[in-house]
Amino acid sequence: MLIQTMTSLGIPELIAQLIYALLVAFLCVNFIAVYAGVISVVERRVAAKMQSRVGPNRVGPQGSLQWLADGIKLILKEDLIPDGADHFLFKLAPFLMAMGVAGTFAVIPWGPANSAASDMNVGILYLISITSLVVIASLMAGWASNNKWSLIGGMRSAAMIVSYEIPVALGLLPAILIAGSLNMGDLVSAQGWAPWDWIAFNNPFALLGFLLFVTGSVAESNRTPFDLTEAESELVAGYATEYSGFRFAVYTLAEFANTWVVGAVCAAVFLGAGQLPPLLEGSIPLSVAVFVGKTMFMVFVLMWFRWTLPRFRIDQMMEFSWKYMLPLSLVAFLGQAVYFLWTWESEVARIMVSHLMVLVFLGLFFYFLSRTMVNFKHQAVAVNSYKTEIDYLERMGILKPVEAVVVAEEEEGKE
Amino acid sequence: MGKQLRTELMTINMGPQHPSTHGVIRFIIKTDGEVIHECQPDVGYLHRSIEKISEKVNWQGFVPFTDRVDYLASMNANWAYCFAVERMLGTEVPRRAEFLRVMVGELNRISSHLIAIGATAMDLGGFTPFIQLLREREYINDLLEMACGARLTYNYISIGGVNYDVPRNWTEKVGEFLEHFELAMEQMNRLISYNRIFINRMANLAVIPREMAIQYNLVGPNLRGSGVKFDLRRDHPYSVYPELDFEVPVGVGIEGQVGDCYDRYHVRMMEIRESINILRQCIKMMPPGEIQGKVKNVIKPPEGTIHVRTETPRGDTGYLIQSDGKTSAYRLKIRTGSFTAMSVIPAVAPGLFIADLIALIGSLDVVAPELDR
Repeated sequence: MLIQTMTSLGIPELIAQLIYALLVAFLCVNFIAVYAGVISVVERRVAAKMQSRVGPNRVGPQGSLQWLADGIKLILKEDLIPDGADHFLFKLAPFLMAMGVAGTFAVIPWGPANSAASDMNVGILYLISITSLVVIASLMAGWASNNKWSLIGGMRSAAMIVSYEIPVALGLLPAILIAGSLNMGDLVSAQGWAPWDWIAFNNPFALLGFLLFVTGSVAESNRTPFDLTEAESELVAGYATEYSGFRFAVYTLAEFANTWVVGAVCAAVFLGAGQLPPLLEGSIPLSVAVFVGKTMFMVFVLMWFRWTLPRFRIDQMMEFSWKYMLPLSLVAFLGQAVYFLWTWESEVARIMVSHLMVLVFLGLFFYFLSRTMVNFKHQAVAVNSYKTEIDYLERMGILKPVEAVVVAEEEEGKE
Repeated sequence: MGKQLRTELMTINMGPQHPSTHGVIRFIIKTDGEVIHECQPDVGYLHRSIEKISEKVNWQGFVPFTDRVDYLASMNANWAYCFAVERMLGTEVPRRAEFLRVMVGELNRISSHLIAIGATAMDLGGFTPFIQLLREREYINDLLEMACGARLTYNYISIGGVNYDVPRNWTEKVGEFLEHFELAMEQMNRLISYNRIFINRMANLAVIPREMAIQYNLVGPNLRGSGVKFDLRRDHPYSVYPELDFEVPVGVGIEGQVGDCYDRYHVRMMEIRESINILRQCIKMMPPGEIQGKVKNVIKPPEGTIHVRTETPRGDTGYLIQSDGKTSAYRLKIRTGSFTAMSVIPAVAPGLFIADLIALIGSLDVVAPELDR
């Protein structure tokens, strides 16, 4: 639309497209920077909540400006390149990393069906391939740093991303079969507003594909339980060990931006994107809100994983990918194809299956909630018995010096 | 004359400033990719000449230094030293003081094990259990603060008894805490002990068989993790332990083989349970009375040598003291559990992954200050 306006004003189409591309890229990169900053604070607060801590709450209201302080600190730091490092590759690696993440924003929709920056007909394929740039970046960083811990981190990263790329791609296939297209817009418009119209709950195989995609994406975005590449207790900081200042900030940025990519792709491909009920159809802000809500839910799930689970070992992780996830993703793909053949003529069967899926999923969800309620109950007991620090100290008798003095005097008098 | 291809092992320096080496411990490891071929521990980065200091300060004056031998369990370190000097002097410790010693000692054992368990979990990537366990440890610190006014280096147990009596209702507070704590430990079990990823990381890893554990002189939970039922509190009883009823948990290969990392972890978990048991009994049996035996202001133990062993959280802590009848020790040697635990690492490390080495250090509960003294 923007391009058409510009061409009608007499600007050549090539230049109009260039302006459009630059504008979109500018917006996307700024979005990434702001999102990564905000989500880093949110994640720290969520983690603190899970760990009975407070978290950053000093800069700005409830610590909401902490990310600005962190960013300014990182940018003002000295640009340090270690002795013996390969200067060119060392400098190049962070930008490749950021590119791999930022490039995905070209095809990620923002709510309505055709809201992605580029309406590419092979959107999903592009998405899968551009995220692979990250492998080169981390391998490059690990090699160029001239540090053995970095090297191990880079190697792990390469091994991990290469092996998880396959289940991720295959996990997306059931969705592609259902929509019959690789285009992001078509995938979104193949779904409806209700859970039973989402691809994730279309049939068991699609749900399997969804779960595989989420698991694989966690691995690809280097988060616990698959954060072996930057396993702090093992490899110091993996391939980013020798990085500091702005270059390190770029890595952090890419890592946090990746959570949005994972969440948004889950929401767009499997969870009905920003589709609205018929009555509200056409309202773009509402659609965007729904989409962002779903994305943020997925991001929260990623945080949940990260702060609950311990980490895999490298061989266990590879085993998990090749022995379990790969066969399962093939099952999902073939199963989806067979399911299609089976229900080709019966619309009723398909509707019944998807409704049943939603019911079963809800049942499992509430079962899970009932299991975890035990924890909440105990938390309540703990909080009640040790409500605040002062209350607690009073209960423990530490904050009653006056009474103690009186008792001491009495005892002296007795003697 | 073709160029010959060859491979060589990569030597990596791990520590002394490495996130997972619990203080300042250094390993020189030779790896083939990620598999360790050789692992050489290098100790001594936290050496503070505590043994030499004992020859300069007087007998009572050395008690605060024992706090620094093992700052995660300084009550037990105080106790071991005071016990040794009392043996030399032949002092009788009042019954109430003995019970207080057992109580603070067991509370400190719990808090030390909490750190051990939490640090293991953190080394394996689970950050939340560590923080949750630190929260529980804060409650124990509060209790110990009520008893002696300090939260880390207590200097509470003195030669002949304990320095202060506990506040009124202290035992009830301990009972209240235990009730909360048992629930918290259940929660912790659900969070980390029964976690499949955690079990897969720890089970069948770095197995130390029974004979090897005895050969390498492992002590405490590490020895019991290898299936040896030996606990100084039960086998060479001291203080009021003979009157108390408690089990000695041993590793049974609950998720894999006897003596693997998970067994050592599990033994610590069970020991916390037994400590809760002991504390409950102490609360019931706590007698009134004196807290300090008859000790002169200037202590001059008779000439001679004594070796006393007590069960601390990191196992058998021995104090070998030689006295020449003066106001300070002629020679004092401290034998600690971490040092022998460290010596077993080169023997079991070959064949492990780098990540496994971290788990092994965590499961052996090596603490740097105790290692170097």
